[in-house]
Formats: sequence, structure tokens, C-alpha cells
Amino acid sequence: MESKLIVSSSPHIRSKDTVSSIMRDVVIALLPATLYSVYLFRFNAVRVILLAILAAVATEAVIQKIRKQKITISDWSAVITGLLLAFNMPASAPWWIPVIGSIFAIAVVKHAFGGLGQNFMNPALAARAFLVASWPVQMGTWITPGADAVSTATPLATYGTVNEPAIMDLLIGNIGGSLGETSAILLIIGGIYLLYRGVIKITIPGIYIGTFGLLYFVYSGFDFYSTTYQLLAGGLMLGAIFMATDYVSSPVNRKGQIIFAFGAGLITFIIRAYGGMAEGVSFSILLMNVATPIIERYTAPKVFGGAK
Amino acid sequence: MNRLGLLTFKGGIHPPHGKKHSENKAIEKAKEPKVVKIPLSQHIGAPCKPIVEKGDYVKVGQKIGEPLAFVSAPVHSSVSGTVKSVGMEKIAGGTGECIVIESDGKFEVSENVTTKGELENLSGKEILEIIKEAGIVGMGGAGFPTHVKLSPPPEKEIDLLILNGAECEPYLTADHRLMLERADDIVYGLKALMKVLEVSKGYIGIENNKPDAIKVMTKAAEGENIVIQGLKTKYPQGAEKQLIDAISGREVPSGGLPMDAGAVVNNVATAYAVAQAIKTGMPLVERICTITGNAVAEPKNLEIRVGTELTEIIEQCGGYSEKPGKIILGGPMMGRATSSVDVPSTKTTSGILIFNKEKAIIDEPVLCIKCGKCVDVCPINLLPVYLSSHAEHGNLNKIKELNILDCIECGSCSFVCPSKRRLLEGIRLGKNRIRSMKQK
Repeated sequence: MESKLIVSSSPHIRSKDTVSSIMRDVVIALLPATLYSVYLFRFNAVRVILLAILAAVATEAVIQKIRKQKITISDWSAVITGLLLAFNMPASAPWWIPVIGSIFAIAVVKHAFGGLGQNFMNPALAARAFLVASWPVQMGTWITPGADAVSTATPLATYGTVNEPAIMDLLIGNIGGSLGETSAILLIIGGIYLLYRGVIKITIPGIYIGTFGLLYFVYSGFDFYSTTYQLLAGGLMLGAIFMATDYVSSPVNRKGQIIFAFGAGLITFIIRAYGGMAEGVSFSILLMNVATPIIERYTAPKVFGGAK
Repeated sequence: MNRLGLLTFKGGIHPPHGKKHSENKAIEKAKEPKVVKIPLSQHIGAPCKPIVEKGDYVKVGQKIGEPLAFVSAPVHSSVSGTVKSVGMEKIAGGTGECIVIESDGKFEVSENVTTKGELENLSGKEILEIIKEAGIVGMGGAGFPTHVKLSPPPEKEIDLLILNGAECEPYLTADHRLMLERADDIVYGLKALMKVLEVSKGYIGIENNKPDAIKVMTKAAEGENIVIQGLKTKYPQGAEKQLIDAISGREVPSGGLPMDAGAVVNNVATAYAVAQAIKTGMPLVERICTITGNAVAEPKNLEIRVGTELTEIIEQCGGYSEKPGKIILGGPMMGRATSSVDVPSTKTTSGILIFNKEKAIIDEPVLCIKCGKCVDVCPINLLPVYLSSHAEHGNLNKIKELNILDCIECGSCSFVCPSKRRLLEGIRLGKNRIRSMKQK
């Protein structure tokens, strides 16, 4: 009997958290916003979301099959990539947009660099940038919520015009825009869930949103209304809570995370305030993703006992 | 210097306590063993040379192994009886030289075991010699000879003496019970240690999941210049460097020892052993051990004689309640898994933890997702995620740069990893490679 004892090195116990449990929590956190987008954009939303998720999961399975790796689609990470990518698209996108986007995200951004944990950019965001650059028209045709979809502009595009929506509509999400960015409040609820579950820490979203808000507040001449508008509009909440906090492409250490989030807030502000585009969230995060290795190198924590 | 409230350190984890199975079980004397197998190396440092031969009659407390170096500790017989053999025997983790003694059941005590007198009349030097002769080693698990710890070089001034009553390892309750049941002797031992190191104030750090122990120890220390300090329940609160940091705010310098921060830390069980060595003259031949886990019938805290076979000890706890999958000597975070139970207990056997199959199996590792949880929990502020991967790839310069040698091997990183990566295993590999490179 004793010869069957397992001998392994310490520690002999492990926490309950697993990659799948963490990823599943992220999916749960995204559910309110997902359901709301379906309510807003009806069949169009269902179509885009399902296509993006299916394409992402299928791509991962096919690549792992070809490369004779263990198929890990049950870890939910491809589901999240697909869902987040769908969140970044207009409901009117033709069917091939989410499909191509997800294939690009998984095949090029994720697996070409070594798979889970190796990608240096957030796959969903990088795919979005790829789609916006390649098919600006399909990626930029926004429709109004409801069954009788008509073309509209996003709140950041109408900001400062007579067509700008009320703050309350921004908060709730009764506005045009990509699937997931419409309801700030539901994204925040998802974020609170992730904080409560210990999946994310307040550091990145807090500093990102705080930096942007503060800079815009000063820039706008201490205008409370326009700052709130800017905070709630566009993909800021989605980006700060769900994209910038992506483990793989953000620094592992707290000091690094502070710099990362500050940089993302600063770049978002610069793009929105001075840049040619109305939106700046995705590019700010992508830029900071690329800077992550260098940030980590210069922010290695001081070792206990103060070794140099 | 007296810091109020609950103290702690930065980082760390909150593993499930697992202590409820045995924390209310009073210490019981184990059944007397018929045969003991006493290893000649039960400590960090040089092994002992046997000073008895086959056929010799030995008594309880009689010295049977003599140290050959300063960093070593003598071993004594835990029974009276006849030496059956001196030679290589199976011990936990391999083989080692042991003295096998068949007990005559009389437990006749050696003539040398007599009280050393009143603490007041003993000088620090004399106490140190008593400790050395009694073969006392760190009883928290590492087994570093206590007299070495108490002999800092003259240029290192020690002004902080801490007893570790944190017992931060899950499942273990031996120190907890000792504090509850034998508080006076712990205080006595601490006073002896204070005298050796010439410090006027002593500290006992206890995690706040043992409020009863804090209460009892506070009462026992009344009127003495001893502070009973409550600590946050967090692993590894009882690690020397973390304990010193929590209590005094001092950081042991990287690559240094506690004495480099003017501190000495001893376990409460070590202090208890010191008290016995002075009061009765009995060297370290018995210790308290927690036998627990989900595959043992009746978890207990037993006072066992050094050299008792683990099988006998487990039998006294009703044996296995189900098929054991893993048996760990010590706690689940830093203890060592043993491949068999027909091996002797030692001075450092603080626990025998028996897990069933299900609990024994650790999930297969999957790819790292760079969540940074290992970085958050590392009490030394290292980057386990990178240390482990660089170590596996043999980037020795890189891991040295990342201070891999400062790792205290607490295992918090492996515990917390959602990808179930064996981070500490990788780090140990790296440390060993660096050490073997140095030796060449």
C-alpha cells in the first residue's frame, strides 16, 4: 500500500482558482452587457456575438489540432476573445467581419506568438484595430438601438453637436455604438463582480479611468458635464475594466500596472482631446501592451531585504 | 518599540486552516515504542558519530551520537534498552545512519539527566552549553542547531529575540496545544534564551486564529519583560524574516541571516525543550507532533519519542480512515512527502499529514496566463513567474539578477497559481543549479 504513496515537492495544497474558473468569471461579468446588447440590437447582436465566439473557438481548436497540442477551448479564453471582439463591433457588421476578426485574433495575435499567455497584445483589441484599418466602412456604420435600426453616429462623434445624447442615456446605454460599449453601468457592474471575485484589482481600471477623467476635467476647464460625458461614452469602461486588465498583455507587478494604466489614460486623453479620431481607448491599450515588457523591466519590485 | 494591534508582513496567502480536526485535542503521550531507530542526522549540518556499539545498554537521555562539527547537534537515546545495530537504515527521503535500540520497557533515566539548577544561578554561557549538550535544534521544521543560532559572532549585536508561536502552516496544531498546556515552560525557556543573548525583552508572536493561546501565554508571561504579540493569520507569518518584519519592522538584508538584523527567532517548541533541558536535564528525546489529514481515523496531538516508527504513531490514531494518497512530514506548505511509513520520526517531525488519493493529486499544470498572482503573494517581492521560467530554461545569470537566492521556498506562489504551475519546483531547480555552479 505504501509504495503507492505520491511523493512530490511542497507545497502540497493548491488554491481553488483555475484558469477556467477565472475566465468563466470574466464571461459572467460580461453577461449583463451581452444580454443588454441583445435587447438593444436584437437579432443583429445575437448574430455578431455568436459568429465571433464560434469563429474564435473553432480557430483555436483547429490550430491546436494542426499543431498537435492539447485542445484548450474549454478554458473559456477563446470565448472571451470572441465576445470582447463582438463587443467592439457595430451590430450592423456583415457576417464575415466577426468571423475574420476572430480568426485574426486567435490565429495571428494569439497562436502565432505561442498561444495562451504568450500574446503581447490583447487579441480582441488587435483584431479590432486590424478590422478598422481594413474595413473602416463596415466597422464604422453604427445603428440606433431597437428593431427598426437606422444609421446613427456614436456619442463621441456627436459630442458637442445638437445630437449628443443625454448623460442618463449614456449611463444606461440607450445609444448607438458598438455592441458592448453602450451601457456604462452594466460594464461597471461586471467590473464590481470581478473585483469581488478577486479576478481583477482596482489598480488598472481605477488609475486608467482616474487619469483620463482628471486630465479631461482640467482640459475642459473643470466642466463636470463634459467630463462625465467623456467618461461614459465610447469604449472607456469596456476598455478599462475588461481589456486593459487582460493578464497576459499587462504588467504582472503593481508598480508596472500603475504606469501601464496611467499611460493608457494619458494616451486616451490625448487622442480624444487632440487626435483625429473620436475614440482612443483601443489604441491606447494596444500601445501600452507593446510597452509592457519595458515597463516590467524598469519596475521590478524591490526585493525584501533590499538587494540591489 | 511596542507596536499595537495585529501585526503582519506584505504579501502572503490565506490557505484553508485545516486545524479544526486537531486543535481541540489535548496532547496525549504516545504509546511507548518497543524499538526506536534514531537517525544520527536530524538537523541541518554535519551528522553525528555514533558513540555506542551493538549490544551496549543505553538509558533514556544518554548521549549516543557525538557531533563532529560546530554546526551539528548530539543525539540521545529516547528509551532504555539494548543497541541492536548501528548502521544504514531507511529514513524519510532515503537512507541514513541510525542507531536501533530495543526498549526494555523500563525507561530508566541516564545518571546524567539531572536538573541544572535555578535559572537565576546559571550564566548565559552555562545555559548555552546545556542547550548544546541537550541536542536542541529548531523544532519548527528546519532543524537548525539552536546553539549555533544563539552564538552570533561578537560583531553582531542581538537586541531582538522572538519566539515563533505563529504556527502558520495549515493543519498543524502541535505548537498551539503546547502553548495552551505548557505555557509556563515556554516562558521559562524564553527567559533562558534571553539570558544567553543578553536581551532584556522577549517577544512571542502568535497568529490571531489562536486567541486562546494568546490569552494563556499573556497570563503566563505576566510580570515578565515579555510581549505576547498577536499577528494576522496569514501564511507564511511564521517564516523568520516575515516574523521579524511584522514584529519590529526590520528587514533581514538580502542574503543575510536574522542576526544581520539584530534578531534571533526560535520556535515555541524549541523554548519548551530548552526549559526541559534546564529543569530536568532531559535532552531533546521527545516532541509533540500533530497527526492529521483527511485520511487518518482520529487526528491527534501526540508526544512521541524520537525514533518511533511512523506506522506505530499512525496506528495510535486509529490508522487510516481511507487509502492514503500522500503522507507529509510537517505541514502542507513546506513539509516533505514521504514514500513510506516504516521510517523513524525525528526531532523535527512537527506533523504527520495524511491525505487521501483525491487530496494528494495536484492538477496538471497548464500555460501561464501572467495573472501576476504569484508576484502579489511573494513575501520576498520576487517575480516567481519569471524566476521559474528562466530557471527551467537555464538562464542562470538572469535568475541571479532576479535574486532567486532570496527565495524562502514558502510555496505561496505555487499555491496561488491558477494555472497550477509548479513555480517553486522551478525556482528550487534554479537555486540548485546556481549553488552547484558556485561549488565548481
